[in-house]
Amino acid sequence: MIPEALHVDDILDDPSISIIVCTGAGGVGKTTTAAALGLRAAQRGRHVCVLTIDPARRLAQAMGLTELDNTPRQVTQDTGDGSLHAMMLDMKRTFDEVVEAHADPERAAQILENPFYQALSSSFAGTQEYMAMEKLGQLHTQPDAPWDLIVVDTPPSRSALDFLDAPARLGSFLDGRFIRILTAPARGAGRGLGRLAAAGFGIFTGVLGKILGAQVLTDVGTFVAAIDTTFGGFRERADETFRLLQQDSTRFLVVAAPEPDAMREASYFVERLRSEDMPLGGLIVNRVQAIDVEIMTAETALAAAERLTHDAGDEVLTARLLELHADRLRIRERQQHITERFTGAHPGVAVAQVPALAGDVHDMTGLAEIGELLCTPAPG
Amino acid sequence: MSPTLWPDVSFHVVSGKGGTGKTTVAGALAMALARDGRRTLLMEVEGRQGIAQLFDVPPLPYEERKVAVAPGGGEVWALAVDPEDALLDYLEIFYNLRRAGSALRRMGAIDFATTIAPGLRDVLLTGKACEVVRRAEKQAADAYDAVVLDAPPTGRITRFLNVNNEVSGLAKVGPIRNHADLVMSVIASPRTAVHLVTLLEEMPVQETIDGVADLQAVSLPVGGVLVNMARPPKLTDIEMNQALTTGLPITEIEQGLHDAGVTSDIERAANVLAREGRDHALRVQLEQQESTRLHTLDVPVLQLPYISGGIDLSSLYELASVLGDQGASP
Repeated sequence: MIPEALHVDDILDDPSISIIVCTGAGGVGKTTTAAALGLRAAQRGRHVCVLTIDPARRLAQAMGLTELDNTPRQVTQDTGDGSLHAMMLDMKRTFDEVVEAHADPERAAQILENPFYQALSSSFAGTQEYMAMEKLGQLHTQPDAPWDLIVVDTPPSRSALDFLDAPARLGSFLDGRFIRILTAPARGAGRGLGRLAAAGFGIFTGVLGKILGAQVLTDVGTFVAAIDTTFGGFRERADETFRLLQQDSTRFLVVAAPEPDAMREASYFVERLRSEDMPLGGLIVNRVQAIDVEIMTAETALAAAERLTHDAGDEVLTARLLELHADRLRIRERQQHITERFTGAHPGVAVAQVPALAGDVHDMTGLAEIGELLCTPAPG
Repeated sequence: MSPTLWPDVSFHVVSGKGGTGKTTVAGALAMALARDGRRTLLMEVEGRQGIAQLFDVPPLPYEERKVAVAPGGGEVWALAVDPEDALLDYLEIFYNLRRAGSALRRMGAIDFATTIAPGLRDVLLTGKACEVVRRAEKQAADAYDAVVLDAPPTGRITRFLNVNNEVSGLAKVGPIRNHADLVMSVIASPRTAVHLVTLLEEMPVQETIDGVADLQAVSLPVGGVLVNMARPPKLTDIEMNQALTTGLPITEIEQGLHDAGVTSDIERAANVLAREGRDHALRVQLEQQESTRLHTLDVPVLQLPYISGGIDLSSLYELASVLGDQGASP
């Protein structure tokens, strides 16, 4: 089944679209794709801010992301009427800023010093995902922002879905009934719970205290008490970001490589976006084996190579080049098969295929080249 | 065949950047270690069911299952560990609290506990792996000759393994602390080796170099660097040089095509082949640069070939034998 071609330029040029989220499994080139899309949109006249999570060092340098101050910096690059800003997420700093913005200085200091907060803000499994969404929300609502389009690269989650779940998870965790009861003994532990559940709760806190040590529970309690009175509604903020992602001004681009694992993850993600009513732009398949011209089939090439080596031995250059050609065709065939399987399962999803470049991308010229390839529809 | 690289290691931790084929390599290593009648356990901890897909078996429960037979009568077993189950195990083994554990699970409390305690999740996962590893020294009936862990990616591996450090902010004394100490006594010992899977591309190689430095900085034992999907160069050094400078000799290629019996459009075909040869030369050149960078590390570098048809069980055997030939088998 031949997929419908994804016209990336149409998305970049649509002024009603203000957020593009690049998502997909780790190692498929999400960050490079996000950066290339940002640059291309800017060159086409948009005012863009690229939010990246963990760019390769040289790519970060190319975009001028040398200062880690957690705010977007203008990228010095000729983009005509458009403009390009870029920033790299500092998750701890973003969390600290949320605290500082919503608590009075004394209470903020108290929260920032809390051991549980420190652990939560630097190593909680969902914090990076949550803070990426928080930052996206901030960038989107920033008054007088010099951008009208935000391109965001999602964190390299163990599962690409984490970033959708993390805000809600962290939000409901901090806001949840469990933590309130657990941490507010003064308010009467278990009040509002049935007697049976309250008994279960006793076991729970007992076991938790046993495993973690009582100090941890105390730290959690102090933290939640401090955070509760100053900016209750973590969940509300998370929900707001979630709704923002459901709006028609957002487009998700699922990024994959033509490998079974990456495509499986992409499939899963497409289904998930659909069930969450999140607007899917399409699928970008990176690193596709390019075939300029198919001069002969793989079988013909191999047969010809065989004849040559049979007659004249391994040293014949043409024989080895024919084998290379056959390799490329076979890889291409396999990749096409993998992509077609995806399209069979998701016929409505438009696909853009980006040929693999011989080298790595780490300058603006390379990004511009990727942008060009992204927007040259070559389905199937 | 090379001498055995890791004769005293019984716990192999396999990490690597996303997209490098970490799970495949872990599977091949488990197979290589199971050679000649040995028994290995392959574990995964990220809830992805990668092992089941790799060995083409139904999704794995939290239970050790045999997934393949190795050459020479060995066996590869597999286990997908889930933090919830690992916590229940832990409660049962150390506190005899299985029933309370089940009640907690129903209440969603376990998810809560692993959420509020960053590090708890990792200690439970590594703890389960260490429990299996330690069966060998207790000469338990269900002991394995080697345990291979398909671990989190390079970016998180040091934090994942260095549980001591993780729980130090969490618990200075108490059971979890003791548990962490026990885990560290396995992970930081000579019976453990952490292997990093990479491709010969700039980003994964950089992550590997950084990863080795991170692991060494906290005295975790680095095993080897496993270069996956290596494609051998098809051109000689002279041809490489030609391809990258003046271009490959079109007339010679045309002659070759003619000799091979190709009749139509020889000139165009020769030009396409020459261009593809140049692409290949460019890639080989970049790969050689990255390979040189890897060899500056003071750890063994092993190579696994690119399998063009995709990975299935038979290619796993092939990869296992390649690893064995390079000294990965005992």
